[in-house]
Amino acid sequence: MDLTHAPEDETYRRQVRAWLTKNVPRRPRHTSAAEFGDPERIRNAKAWQRKLYDAGYVAIGWPSAYGGRDASVTQQTILDEELVRARAPMLIGMMGVRMVGPTLIQYGSPEQQRRFLHHILTGEEIWCQGYSEPGAGSDLASLTTRAEVVGDEFVVNGQKVWTSSAQFADWMFCLVRTDPAAPKHHGISYLLIDMKSPGITVRPLMQITGDAGFNEVFFEDVRVPRANLVGELNRGWQVANATLAHERNMLGATTRTQQLFQGLLRVARSVERDGRPASQDPVIRQRLAELLLRVEAMKYHAYRQLTDALRGRKPGIAASVNKLVNTELNHDIAAMAMEVMGSYGPLDRRALRAIDRGTWPHDFLFTLGMIIGGGTSQIQKNIISERGLGMPRH
Amino acid sequence: MDFGLSEEQELLQRAARELLAAECPPAVVRAATEPASDPPADSTEGSGSTADATSSAASRGFPRELYRKLADLGWFAVLVPEAFGGSGGSMLDAALLCEEAGRAALPGPFLATAVLAPIALARGGSTPQKRTWLPRLATGDAVGTVAIAERTDRYDPEGIAARARPVRDGYRLSGTKMFVPDAHVADFVVVAARLGSPPAKGGKATRGGRRGHPHAARDGHPARDGHPARGDGVGVSLFLVEHGAPGMRIRLLETIDRTRRVCEVVLDDVPVPTPALVGPPGGGWPLVRQLLDAGAVALAADSLGGAERVLEMSVEYARVREQFGRPIGSFQAIKHLAAEMVSEIEPARSLVWYAAHAFDARPRERSRAASIAKARLTDVYARTAVRALQIHGGIGFTWEHDIHWWLKRAKWNEAAFGDGMFHRAQVASIDAF
Repeated sequence: MDLTHAPEDETYRRQVRAWLTKNVPRRPRHTSAAEFGDPERIRNAKAWQRKLYDAGYVAIGWPSAYGGRDASVTQQTILDEELVRARAPMLIGMMGVRMVGPTLIQYGSPEQQRRFLHHILTGEEIWCQGYSEPGAGSDLASLTTRAEVVGDEFVVNGQKVWTSSAQFADWMFCLVRTDPAAPKHHGISYLLIDMKSPGITVRPLMQITGDAGFNEVFFEDVRVPRANLVGELNRGWQVANATLAHERNMLGATTRTQQLFQGLLRVARSVERDGRPASQDPVIRQRLAELLLRVEAMKYHAYRQLTDALRGRKPGIAASVNKLVNTELNHDIAAMAMEVMGSYGPLDRRALRAIDRGTWPHDFLFTLGMIIGGGTSQIQKNIISERGLGMPRH
Repeated sequence: MDFGLSEEQELLQRAARELLAAECPPAVVRAATEPASDPPADSTEGSGSTADATSSAASRGFPRELYRKLADLGWFAVLVPEAFGGSGGSMLDAALLCEEAGRAALPGPFLATAVLAPIALARGGSTPQKRTWLPRLATGDAVGTVAIAERTDRYDPEGIAARARPVRDGYRLSGTKMFVPDAHVADFVVVAARLGSPPAKGGKATRGGRRGHPHAARDGHPARDGHPARGDGVGVSLFLVEHGAPGMRIRLLETIDRTRRVCEVVLDDVPVPTPALVGPPGGGWPLVRQLLDAGAVALAADSLGGAERVLEMSVEYARVREQFGRPIGSFQAIKHLAAEMVSEIEPARSLVWYAAHAFDARPRERSRAASIAKARLTDVYARTAVRALQIHGGIGFTWEHDIHWWLKRAKWNEAAFGDGMFHRAQVASIDAF
């Protein structure tokens, strides 16, 4: 048991921190893909990713053969922590770097890796995820978007929904049904689709936050080259699960939670209730401390998981636990912040007299979306219970 | 960064778990809890008095033969330095044993003998005291405990109102100590009492046991070493009082947790010689604080094991019990309860490891980590135990089923060594909310 970092890791942290201090853009940070609708913001976000990539800070954990740096899990964690600490803008190409990229490394053909991985890293090509459909949310495997093999192409017809970033994405990794006669998990294929293909229509959907954070995407006889199939025909569910696991880990990051709590503490200290700082109220103190206990548990749990990874231990259902706990904790922190602020709580972004630029009610709403997306809390509990504890499925 | 157990520690824990699974099954727990076997409330008997102490002590919640086995395997030597016959282990080693004890609902004076007494003497005892008692603690031939809390149930210096009056060859101790673990079977009790005048504000014990929780307003005081500065503890001293000391009256306090015993210890001008001091006269508060932190860590670890055990029992029951033509574990309500339980327990394990590690290796973080672990783990244990009982349905509500022993231990854990509200207030103060 040793909480200290190796000297080379401390050196790495210092280097990263110094670089970020000098280079993180000063403009207001992007809190979600939703704000990317603005073309100027998209340009700036792509420029930031390029800058980060040139400095060697994108996908450092990827094998160097694929453009990564073979970085240890420890260094990846250090980089993630420092990016959050520096309030660096979110990567516009996050879905490529964190989801489809690792999936292509694992399942993609050499041609696909050559064609796509570099542009994923630089942010030149942005990806979106075509999974959910109006009739296939939690029951993703029941999806019906159809892809028929016609010669050396697939012809795709159907509809995807909740597709974040589709309005400006260049490519989509998409789950389609290629064998309607097979049992549902066995007739799915994983396709890479060019968003500029004829027949694709993207319609933004407004989220409760007021941002058009995701979209409907319609496919009408969209042609996709056979070479864009990832893995084998009708064996896409396995590939999809790899991506889902990466997504769960992405959504379960504890550093952001710690940062949110620090923000809550700042609000509690500065807002007054009954003539004194809210953080001096005994009831509020208890509730703040209760949240801190939960945050600290996830902080040290992350260290333990890092150590388990270094020791080569299998993560099991850890990603599901992280996703379940951290998303709900983030939401509870935002809810507490609104409570502490009293009547000021619901003041919106850019409103007169808003505290913290009105980000807390936005965060309260947004974090609710994070609880639902990437596998709802209820689905995570099913997974944890069935796969982690061995509870019977039926 | 290596946030994990060593191979040795994993072996230690596995062996401990297997041992207790074999030697401390629910039947042993139940035997130690049978109501008819408790002595009358008035009892001043110590541990090794008579030939039939074995059977009567076992029914007094102290399974002697089991403890002999644990002692032979070094369970009580972990926190005793090697120089005094111990194995010189770490708080993390001890926490692993505490976790297994919690998992098995081990009855008897484990906390006091394995954790509190060795720490009191190893960290504060004089050489003669260490020579006299540490080897005997390590071999399981003596039981020791500490007495800190009083009727006011405060865990700050103002909670110590018991007085130590200096006399020619020592001191006379007066006052009432409460919730003293296992005093009725202890060979010695390390008592916290105040040398000199009583504390300035309301620290006096009152009849009826009025409690005085630290006020949040006072938590705003700046802290030195992260500890609240209110009443900085100057004057508090510790004294080793041996079993049978005249004027010391020990009475059992019945709690719903029948696997562990706590006592009221009344001190009526009890004479102790000068060498009975543990640590410097008037300078005992830092050690008291360490003992509170040690108790907090130990109970957090006990809670971790206990929570895991009741979860395991629940999963097993839910897989087997059928209603509506299928195992009840196949219903989402049960599945989700179980998922919530494990999602609270697993991350909390890391808090125990961190607090145990900090106890030895990060003294500046010790109290904060102990409070965080204690507050969180006892809360998780209690909630998990309530859910576990509900998963068992009607049968979980019977005396005959075993699960209530763990539920009751969970409630004792919550209350002992400072409850959740106290520890959360501590953290708020240390972090200068």
